[in-house]
Amino acid sequence: MNPEKTEKMSKIDLNRNDMPKQSPEIRRHNFNEVALGYTEELAIKEAKRCLQCKKPKCKTGCPVEIDIPDFISCIVKGDFSAGIKKLKEKNCLPAVCGRVCPQESQCESQCILANKKGEIAIGRLERFLADWEAKQGSVDMPSKAKPTGKKVAVIGSGPAGITVAGDLILLGHEVTIFEALHKAGGVLTYGIPEFRLPKAIVAREVDYVQRLGVKVVTDYVVGKTRSIDELLKEFDAVFVGTGAGLPWFMDIPGENLNGVYSANEYLTRMNLMKGYQFPKSSTPVKRHVRVAVVGGGNVAMDSARTALRMGADEVRIIYRRSHAELPARLEESENAEEEGVIFNMLTLPVRYIGDENGWLTEIECIKMELGEPDASGRRRPIEIPNSNFRIQMDAVVCAIGNSPNPLVPSTTPGLQTTRRGTLVADQETGKTTKERVWAGGDIVTGAATVILAMGAGRKAARSIHKYLEKGKW
Amino acid sequence: MNSIVERRMIVPNMHLLTIEAPDIASKVKPGQFVIVRANDEGERIPLSVADWDEERGTITIVFMEVGASTGALACLDEKDTVSTCVGPLGNETEIGNFGTVVCVGGCYGIASLYPVARALKEAGNKVIMVFEARSSYLIYWVDRYIKLVDRVFNITRDGSLGYKGHITCLPDVIHGLQNPPDRVIVNGCTFLMARASEMTRGLGILTVVNLNPIMIDGTGMCGVCRVTVKGKMKFACVDGPEFSGHEVDWKEFLARRKAYLEEEALFFRRSEPKQAVHKEVKCQYES
Repeated sequence: MNPEKTEKMSKIDLNRNDMPKQSPEIRRHNFNEVALGYTEELAIKEAKRCLQCKKPKCKTGCPVEIDIPDFISCIVKGDFSAGIKKLKEKNCLPAVCGRVCPQESQCESQCILANKKGEIAIGRLERFLADWEAKQGSVDMPSKAKPTGKKVAVIGSGPAGITVAGDLILLGHEVTIFEALHKAGGVLTYGIPEFRLPKAIVAREVDYVQRLGVKVVTDYVVGKTRSIDELLKEFDAVFVGTGAGLPWFMDIPGENLNGVYSANEYLTRMNLMKGYQFPKSSTPVKRHVRVAVVGGGNVAMDSARTALRMGADEVRIIYRRSHAELPARLEESENAEEEGVIFNMLTLPVRYIGDENGWLTEIECIKMELGEPDASGRRRPIEIPNSNFRIQMDAVVCAIGNSPNPLVPSTTPGLQTTRRGTLVADQETGKTTKERVWAGGDIVTGAATVILAMGAGRKAARSIHKYLEKGKW
Repeated sequence: MNSIVERRMIVPNMHLLTIEAPDIASKVKPGQFVIVRANDEGERIPLSVADWDEERGTITIVFMEVGASTGALACLDEKDTVSTCVGPLGNETEIGNFGTVVCVGGCYGIASLYPVARALKEAGNKVIMVFEARSSYLIYWVDRYIKLVDRVFNITRDGSLGYKGHITCLPDVIHGLQNPPDRVIVNGCTFLMARASEMTRGLGILTVVNLNPIMIDGTGMCGVCRVTVKGKMKFACVDGPEFSGHEVDWKEFLARRKAYLEEEALFFRRSEPKQAVHKEVKCQYES
C-alpha cells in the first residue's frame, strides 16, 4: 500500500464522540431534556474528525443543502459565531433540526466515514452551535429589505410556516401567521415532548420571527374563523402549512373505550396542556399503571417515554413488524429501551376489552410473522392463525400515523387534494391548484419530517416572492 | 380581544358571559360552538354560542358551573379577558322549512337552542319550545322565547311548573299537539339528550341532538370527542356536533363524558387530608 495513504488513514479518528445524556434511571422520572449537548471541547474534538472532503457527500444528504464542512471547519477554529451564521444561511431552525432531524438517514449516512461506522456527528454539532448562540443571549438580527407593501398570510405555525414567514419578512413583505391552537409551533409544541425538544427552544424560534416583524395570531382557525377565499381579499398570497393532524385509528372493536387515546390526544394533553403539572395546570390527566403504545415510529416512542415519566409501572410498545423495521430513529428506540420500555414485536392488537364502566382492561393481540417485502420494501407482517393472546392494560395509545386535516381543503373551493387527502402542490414551487395559494410540509407530503417541511417552506417562500415581485402566477 | 363585556348569573349556578370576539360574531351560525380557556393554565372547554351581535362584535355563552374549568370561568368579571376564545367550530344546525319543530332545552341547552329556534322561525317553521328543569326557578329566557316561538311547554321534576316529571313526559307533550312534529331538536345535558332520543324513537320522529363531549383542540386533531354514530366512529368536533339521537351509542358516549370525573373532583378535595385522595393521584397531590 502507498505509505502516504497509510499514514493518512491512520490519522483518521473513527470514534464518534458521545453526547452526554441524563442516565436512564434518573431521566425516566423527569421531563427535562435527555441529551445534554456537547461541551465546547467535545464539539471541537468531534469537528476535528471531519476530513473536509473536496466533494462533500454529506451536503447532498441534507434536504436544505447546508454547507456542512464549512460550518464544521468554523467549529474547529473555535469561531462559533461564524459557524452559526453559516448554518443559518440554509437552516432557520438549527436548534430544532439538530435535535429532531433523522441525521442517520440523511447527512450522516452520506459521510465518507459512515462505511466504517465512524460518521461525523453532524446533528450534534448543529445543535451545539444553535445552543451556543442561544447562550450568548443576543441573536444577530439580519437586515430586512425595504417594505414592499405586499401581504402574505401563513396558515399554521409549524416548521413549514415559520420558515416561510421568516424568509418572506426579510424580503420586505408583511407576514401574518394564523395558528389554530393557543400556542405557536405546531407539532413542535403540541407533539414532540419536552424531554426531546424543550419548549423554550420552540418559543425562541417563534419569538425570533416575531421580532423580525412577523405577526402571529393564535386561536384562529382558518377554514372556520375565516376561509382562504376571505383571506385572499386581504392578502396577496396565502401559504398553507397545516400539517398532518388527523389521527388514524385501527377500526377494531373497543377503540372508543376510555383509556384508549390517539397519540395526538395523549401528547397534546401532556405537552401543550402541560398535563404533567396537573393539577397545577387544569387539563386533567389519568395516572395509568400499565400503558401500551401501538406503533413503532418516533411518535410511538415519544408516547411510551411520556407514559413512563407520568409514573406508569409497565409500558409496552406493540408493533406488528420486527425490531429491524421500526420506523423510529434508532436513537429514540434505544433511549426508550434504556428507560425500561418493553418491546412486543410482531404483535398486532385485534380488539380492546373493557369493563362495565367503559374503561379499557385488556388488549387482545395476535402474533405476526414476516413474509415477502411489500411496496415499502419492508417485509410484510402476516397474522399467525390462532395465536391470539391477551395482555392486561389500563391504557393504550394509538400511534399509527396521521393524515392531513381536511379543514382547509374542504372549505376552499379550487384546492385539489389527492386520494390520501394531501394537497396537490408543485414540488419545486409549492404552488397549489388555486391561484395565489401555496402549500408545503405534511399537508402536501403526508406525515414526514421537520426538515422536509422546512425545505418545502423555503421553496414556497422563493416562489411567493417571485410572484409578489412580478405579479404573475 | 376576548374581553368580557357582560357577566351575569342568570339562574343559580348558570352563568352568562358576553365576550368581545368580532371575528367569531361575524361568522357564527346556530348550533356552533367556541373553545374557551379561562386563563393561561386553563383547560380548553367547548361551549355552545347562545347568541351574538355582529354589530357590537360580541358573542354570548351560557354555561353551568360544574368543575374546575367552568369554575374558573365563572370567577371572571366584566373587563377581564379569557385567554382563549376560538371558533366558530363544528357544523351549523341544519335549518329548513320542516313544518313543526319541537325544541327541547335543559340546563345550558335552553340558551344554546335560542339561535336555532330563531333560525327555524325565520325559515317558516312552527316552533314549540319545551323547557326542562329540576324546578321552575331554574328555567330562564322564557320572555325571549315567548316573543319568538309559537308555543311553550314546561317540564319540571318537582312539578312547580308545567308537567311534573322527567323528560319521559315528552311523549305527553307531543301527543297533546294538534299534529305530530316533523322534527325534535334536543340540547342540554347528555342524560336529557339520551332519554329524549329514547322517547322519540318509538314515535318515529327525527331527533337531532347537539353533543357535548370532552374536547381539546376542537378541529379534528386529538380525537378525544369520538363517538359511535350508526356503528361508525365520528369526531363530534368536525363531523358534528349534531347527530341523529337515534343513531348515537349513548352508553359509550356517557362513559366517555365521565372519563375525568375523579380528576375533576380532585380540585375540590385539595384541602382535605391526604388519605382522602384516591391513591392513583396521590403523588401529584403531594407535589
